[in-house]
Amino acid sequence: MDINLVQDQIIEEFEIFDDWMDKYNYLIDLSRSLPIIDEKYKKPEFLIEGCQSRVWLMADMENGTVVYTADSDAVITKGIISLLIRVMSGRQPEEIINNDLYFIDKIGLKENLSPTRSNGLVSMIKQMKLYALAYQAKAKKNN
Amino acid sequence: MAFDINKIRNDFPILKQQVYNKPFVYFDNAATTQKPLKVIERMNKVYRETNSNIHRGVHYLSDITTRDFEHARETIRSFINAKHDHEIIFTPGTTSGINLVAFSFGEKFVSEGDEILISALEHHANIVPWQMLCKRKGAKLRVIPMNDDGELILDEYEKLLSSRTRIVAVTHVANSIGTVNPVKHIIKSAHRLGVPVLVDGAQAVQHGRVDVQELGADFYVFSGHKMYGPTGIGALYGREEILEELPPYQTGGEMVDQVTFEETTFNRLPFKFEAGTPNYIGAIGMAAAVEYLQETGLEEVAVHEKDLLDYGTGRLSEFEELVFFGRAKEKISVLSFVLEDIHPYDAGMVIDKYGIAVRTGTHCAQPVMDRFGIRGTIRASLAFYNTREEIDRLCQAIRKVIQMFK
Repeated sequence: MDINLVQDQIIEEFEIFDDWMDKYNYLIDLSRSLPIIDEKYKKPEFLIEGCQSRVWLMADMENGTVVYTADSDAVITKGIISLLIRVMSGRQPEEIINNDLYFIDKIGLKENLSPTRSNGLVSMIKQMKLYALAYQAKAKKNN
Repeated sequence: MAFDINKIRNDFPILKQQVYNKPFVYFDNAATTQKPLKVIERMNKVYRETNSNIHRGVHYLSDITTRDFEHARETIRSFINAKHDHEIIFTPGTTSGINLVAFSFGEKFVSEGDEILISALEHHANIVPWQMLCKRKGAKLRVIPMNDDGELILDEYEKLLSSRTRIVAVTHVANSIGTVNPVKHIIKSAHRLGVPVLVDGAQAVQHGRVDVQELGADFYVFSGHKMYGPTGIGALYGREEILEELPPYQTGGEMVDQVTFEETTFNRLPFKFEAGTPNYIGAIGMAAAVEYLQETGLEEVAVHEKDLLDYGTGRLSEFEELVFFGRAKEKISVLSFVLEDIHPYDAGMVIDKYGIAVRTGTHCAQPVMDRFGIRGTIRASLAFYNTREEIDRLCQAIRKVIQMFK
């Protein structure tokens, strides 16, 4: 599915919530669906340190697509991560690099991406794109 | 004048708004306080009617602003009962004041092998400047430890004091958990060995009367914006004898006497430490905040805040999931806590949607969090314009947090 179709799907899902608490409850549910990273993989090299919450991010190349695994110590942050993975994971590097992530703004969670929040999410998105860039460069080298 | 909470709340226009369609509750007062009309209007008046650079012009408005600025200095002096006006240095805030002392005092008095003593309760602003000084000079930073209630262990302090100690820098009130330190006692012990003491008063001056002469402090620093005044302005009190001995920190205009390309002589106190155009409108606003606090009555403020602290502690204790950090016998109106294994950031996000402003995280005091083995707390820091009803609203929000994340 096109990356923007997934984003539009999420925006539609969030349209039914007119209350913040419902939105958060949904994110809490989503956080539970995200596989937990085993403690032994929560190494410093995968850690994105935020002042408020911490995020761990790993990426692998599978059949020409980048597959992300991530976790956070804060539940709502983790819920947002699960959305980011839904949009970005399992795609070719070019798609990830060139994508404009507009869905977060549209579902009213923009303040979570403000650099001053320091919850690790801004750095996480940057890191996701960097992984994609690295895999793209690697693929080119191998060709 | 009797303490009238409704009248006081009317003095703070920002408190009247709705946030997320709910009445706004501001519990982040340790980060910054809101401003009364008296401060806003005083600064507005300068901008509209009298603004001119100080100490420079021969003209009419420059005279007025200079007088107002120096009057502000006198107001700050009397607020903390310093002996002389020139013992008050205007700075951009507490952090700047500490950096000034760490630099100038360090240049003159600290050398290799010397020790600087701070406490386990410090804000980063009273750790890092001393750390940098130690690195520059090859000196050693020593730390007064605290107990599980968040009180400094004074026996350990006495043991740490030695002939190698050059200065003691401690906070009057801990921003992260509210502990009030026995600074008078700390100063007395240091002075027995001839060691000067800097007190970080950023969280103290807005909660009760501070008398620097009675405390015996050598340096006392605080910020305007945490005591209902504007941002970007603060004060450094230094005892005249010690300030006279220190070399200047920043250099430039205003702080000089004679300048040639070969040599510069420096101005007298307090100007020696006020390089460049000072934030004179900030200083005038800060003085208006002092006047507001004095009109309201610092004793009344302390009584009301003590009531809020006791009520809040009682109400929050009703949640069995809630764990307090900072149970010092002497503390100001700061409620710092976690809700079992619920992440403070998650809690803060839900509390925010109730229109309540709290702070979550480490509160710029990571060593304090490390001491308790936690990554952060939820902190509700109360001011005299807060009410018991607002604490009840916080309890409602906490109940929701527990229900959502358990």
